[in-house]
Amino acid sequence: MAGSLTVADAPGAVAPRLRRGLRPSWPTLTAGLAWLALAAASFKLPEAGDFPRTFVFAQGAAGLGAVLLVLSPFVAWLGTPGARLRHWSPWFAVLALALIAWELVTAKLEWLPMPFFPPPQAILEVFLDDWPKLGGSILNSLILLSGGYVFGAAVGFTLGVAIGSSRAVGYWAHPVLRFVGPLPATAWLPLAFFVFPSSWSASTFLVALATGFPVTVLTWSGVSGVNKAYFDVARTLGASRGFLILRVAIPAALPHVFVGLFMGLGGSFAVLVVAEMLGVKSGLGWYLQWAQGWAAYANMYAALIVMALMCSSLITLLFRLRDRVLSWQKGLVQW
Amino acid sequence: MVAATLAQPAAQAAGARLRIEGVSHAFDIRGEALPVLDRVSLSVEPGGFVALLGPSGCGKSTLLRLVAGLEPPGQGVIAVDEEVVEGPDPSRLLVFQDPTLYPWRTVRGNVSLGLEARKVGRARAALIDQALGLVGLSGFADAYPHQLSGGMAQRAALARALVNAPRLLLLDEPLGKLDALTRLAMQAEILRLWQETRFTAVLVTHDVEEALVLAERVIVLSDRPAAIRADIPVPLTYPRHRDDPALVRLRREILTILGQAS
Repeated sequence: MAGSLTVADAPGAVAPRLRRGLRPSWPTLTAGLAWLALAAASFKLPEAGDFPRTFVFAQGAAGLGAVLLVLSPFVAWLGTPGARLRHWSPWFAVLALALIAWELVTAKLEWLPMPFFPPPQAILEVFLDDWPKLGGSILNSLILLSGGYVFGAAVGFTLGVAIGSSRAVGYWAHPVLRFVGPLPATAWLPLAFFVFPSSWSASTFLVALATGFPVTVLTWSGVSGVNKAYFDVARTLGASRGFLILRVAIPAALPHVFVGLFMGLGGSFAVLVVAEMLGVKSGLGWYLQWAQGWAAYANMYAALIVMALMCSSLITLLFRLRDRVLSWQKGLVQW
Repeated sequence: MVAATLAQPAAQAAGARLRIEGVSHAFDIRGEALPVLDRVSLSVEPGGFVALLGPSGCGKSTLLRLVAGLEPPGQGVIAVDEEVVEGPDPSRLLVFQDPTLYPWRTVRGNVSLGLEARKVGRARAALIDQALGLVGLSGFADAYPHQLSGGMAQRAALARALVNAPRLLLLDEPLGKLDALTRLAMQAEILRLWQETRFTAVLVTHDVEEALVLAERVIVLSDRPAAIRADIPVPLTYPRHRDDPALVRLRREILTILGQAS
């Protein structure tokens, strides 16, 4: 705070200095006004249908708009949070405008057919009223996904290292991997559901399969691509075979392993949703299917939003992990 | 003093005796044998400094790899302290043309490699600090290799070898990729390390001046397959000067041999 007040370009000019310090951030101000406009549009305009949560929605929008308006003069004083707020303000403004447009073409003007395209307050209603079921679905999806993913990644990593460092393992595993690996994991679905004792174990297997293949191949290629001179160095220094694998091959291959982990995570999402839609009686995929079956389209959109948040968070988590583990690398992609 | 503490078994002589007898070697290139070494015989006294000089690609580096035990020789015998070389051993270490530091380890982590591989737990940190001090990298222990200049990376590679108190140090054109000024500084550095630690040194180079400034003996090799063309003692005291008339004469002599060779 003191910083912005002591920056003086005209000595002794106290009033201009103060005004300079209080100069509002225009993007934040605009965003605040846009959210207030959204509140007004939702609340004031007559609605074509009966939406019990319109008032709450308008209140929320008004509250956010008010906060943005109040903060806008002080953005320069707020340090890092202020800078972040200023950075995202244009997004806040555009988001409000998009919500206004959405509000208009659905609840207010009914340009889009009604049950299929609910207004934002209907989706808010789902979050407010159906959160126990939605939350339970997230939990079930996460349990299934993490079980399969961790298992698949662990097996894939071990197998990849074994193929890359042992000729005998490579001889036997390579043809199997070439034949079976490229098959999409979802193709195993019908078989898996009657071979495995429960649909849960079948789905875990499928998620593990979808994760395991890319992790195996990329770990393997990482291990076999390790600079041979690294091994020469370690061998002259007296390294055992175990040391060569654990301390040379694996750390050198880790950047490749992470590429495999990213590909595997993407693949596991796809398999998870399909498995939950077709067999498992819980999870976000099941919720989607259920909502569609009951023509509860607002629930479907709500589940899609939650699913996007979940997948994005998991990818972010994996990026964070990679940034920690591979901090020695230069020029990492920022997520 | 530092050298004395680094060479752990104090009773043992610091340098090893190297004997190479009738070594021939060939590479297998798509089923065809490509001879690279032709009956090379050579011995180096404990604590000696020998330079192997020859045209690029003549097989000098291969000879060092055989001495390091990374590959078995096709024919002939290599013995260190009258013990036949049958595999790599931390008492004879190879410093490569590329520093080949592990990018995922800090300088300290790289220097610690040999100690970890041999499971030396005792006084590991102290040994590493000594080795880093010896090559003048004390302030860079926690830097990653990509943060180092070429000369610093090569110093780190030297420290990674020296921390194991090698009795035979094989230097495979370690200064080949450095700029001219860094090269001069590093030559003085290697000389100092050799004088302090008294390991036996075998340096592969194609820089005649570098060989004459550093080595007690210069072995001139022929084009591939490499055979010994000349074995020239350099009876000059250290530190040597590049414009010393005796050194200039030797340089001309060697260049003449190399000129005939090519």
